[in-house]
Amino acid sequence: MNHDAYDDNYIRAILNSVKSIAMVGASPVNVRPSYFAFKYLAQRGYDMIPVNPGHVGKSLLGKPFVASLGDIDRPIDMIDIFRNSSHIMPVVDEALKLSPLPKVIWMQLGARDDAAAEKAEAAGMKVVMNRCPKIEYGRLSSEISWMGVNSRTLSSKRAPIPTQGMRLSLNRMSVGGGETAASDRAAKNKSEP
Amino acid sequence: MTDRHPGFSTLAVHAGAQPDPTTGARATPIYQTTSFVFNDADHAASLFGLQAFGNIYTRIGNPTNAVLEERVAALEGGTAALAVASGHAAQVVVFQQLLMPGDEIIAARKLYGGSINQFTHAFKSFGWNVAWADSDDIASFERAVTPHTKAIFIESIANPSGSITDIEAIAAVARKAGVPLIVDNTLATPYLIRPIDHGADIVVHSLTKFLGGHGNSLGGIIVDAGTFDWSKDNKYPMLSDPRPEYHGIKLQETFGNFAFAIACRVLGLRDLGPALSPFNAFMILTGIETLPLRMQKHCENAKAVAEFLAGHPKVAAVNYAGLAGDKYNNLARKYAPKGAGAVFTFSLKDGYDAGVNLVSNLKLFSHLANVGDTRSLVIHPASTTHSQLDDAAKVKSGAAPDVVRLSIGIEDKEDLIADLEQALTA
Ligand SMILES: Cc1ncc(COP(=O)(O)O)c(C=O)c1O
Repeated sequence: MNHDAYDDNYIRAILNSVKSIAMVGASPVNVRPSYFAFKYLAQRGYDMIPVNPGHVGKSLLGKPFVASLGDIDRPIDMIDIFRNSSHIMPVVDEALKLSPLPKVIWMQLGARDDAAAEKAEAAGMKVVMNRCPKIEYGRLSSEISWMGVNSRTLSSKRAPIPTQGMRLSLNRMSVGGGETAASDRAAKNKSEP
Repeated sequence: MTDRHPGFSTLAVHAGAQPDPTTGARATPIYQTTSFVFNDADHAASLFGLQAFGNIYTRIGNPTNAVLEERVAALEGGTAALAVASGHAAQVVVFQQLLMPGDEIIAARKLYGGSINQFTHAFKSFGWNVAWADSDDIASFERAVTPHTKAIFIESIANPSGSITDIEAIAAVARKAGVPLIVDNTLATPYLIRPIDHGADIVVHSLTKFLGGHGNSLGGIIVDAGTFDWSKDNKYPMLSDPRPEYHGIKLQETFGNFAFAIACRVLGLRDLGPALSPFNAFMILTGIETLPLRMQKHCENAKAVAEFLAGHPKVAAVNYAGLAGDKYNNLARKYAPKGAGAVFTFSLKDGYDAGVNLVSNLKLFSHLANVGDTRSLVIHPASTTHSQLDDAAKVKSGAAPDVVRLSIGIEDKEDLIADLEQALTA
């Protein structure tokens, strides 16, 4: 697996299939990138779980912090690691002990550990490194185009009408093809304003 | 299944645009509004804090402009772009993110005269210094590097000379010096040259020229290649340090490979203010849809006109990189195989006065200070665009006193040649 560049379809399939995301290193400080990403993904309907031993007893946007992955009471689809490259391996080792096994290990922008990635892939997990799920979601839904970002997708279909804090659809027939519907599903599960 | 990469012409028509969600309008609507309502207080706070993507106020972003931004980013192969009011505004906004008083840039001497003015006078008043280098002598860029150097600036095809710059060689100098290479790609457009493919870190354009292409709208754009690490050695604090006005956000940490475009928007455009009007963005977008067709015709006509002039007894020299035997023909074959652009210069055997006569005798060419119009244009740079330079500097920038500059349009080439013929013999 090449981790220098990812196909849109690979990323889209991940963002479209996962429902619960444990964010390791989530910060309650509202100017940290992890806080932005946590809030953004929660607003798009993902079941977010903040993992940070330093903040147990507090909660992040109403979700209680847990100390470690082992403390989570429900199956986790994806682990989003907001830690430096040097702290990735222990998280992957911990993830490998979970049952059921998470489907995806995602390392944040700036974080990369190829050995940890190989280990996770050998166990059947998908891996994304050095990317931000908020940015990728924004890009593949074209929401991020409002900031002049190259979404690398095209569509001749009418854009979905934004509802509830710009929750847009990932459902663009992009240059890579592959329809997706994670946020549509999320929108359906939430009551409309 | 792997991603399909659409071709250039498909991107020129589609990138960034999608039928309007509310009305289904297929052409990009002109969102002629200053501001955008928030959903609620939390949404407003998230937008202001850069935590959510969305529209606030047209000085910072506008949906029509955003389509233009994504389209040019896609055509250049960049990660993001920011449209601004003019090509010159693009340059100021770029350098304001990179330079502090006392810092330095290295710039090619062969540049648009207005850029030479901007760097020499306005930038000097900001405390930004310029070291000039010669694109024909790559070592002159290396020699100009100092501990204060923060960027290198070149034009892919230089105005007015039409010479082709060896982007890869200068990109290597920039990499070694640990500074970004900025390429003004106005005269080439991404249809002819994509500087990012050759090592550029930032591309700027005057959209006023071939991209808009119809001589009706001013505009500029900054494209972020997403290639430069701004945090590596603390040379670019605007991108690497916490921003006090955004509660301590670090832009590169937060926005990754499009942090430079974001900095230009949320620091540069926010504070300096040269926003592009959505109406101009619409005009330029419409122009870009036909960019591939127009550039083919511009280049085909330019080559025919250059060949005609090269064979004319009254013409002393033609500087068109597309001509076999031209000094820049090898570079043109390497960097611009589809055509060497449509702006070039020539000189007349009878010197300055003959040049002035030629300009006044032309009936189809318009005498004006612009390039990259559908119409063919002519100017005498030494007495206009480059008049602020002394004679030695004029020669070095490709605007010697006997030189006439042409910007070849998309009319029938036979008519352009006939007009030149009658004006030369009149
Ligand atoms: C190569 C080049 N760069 C920049 C500019 C400045 O652009 P604008 O006039 O849109 O400010 C021009 C204008 O002639 C140009 O030719």
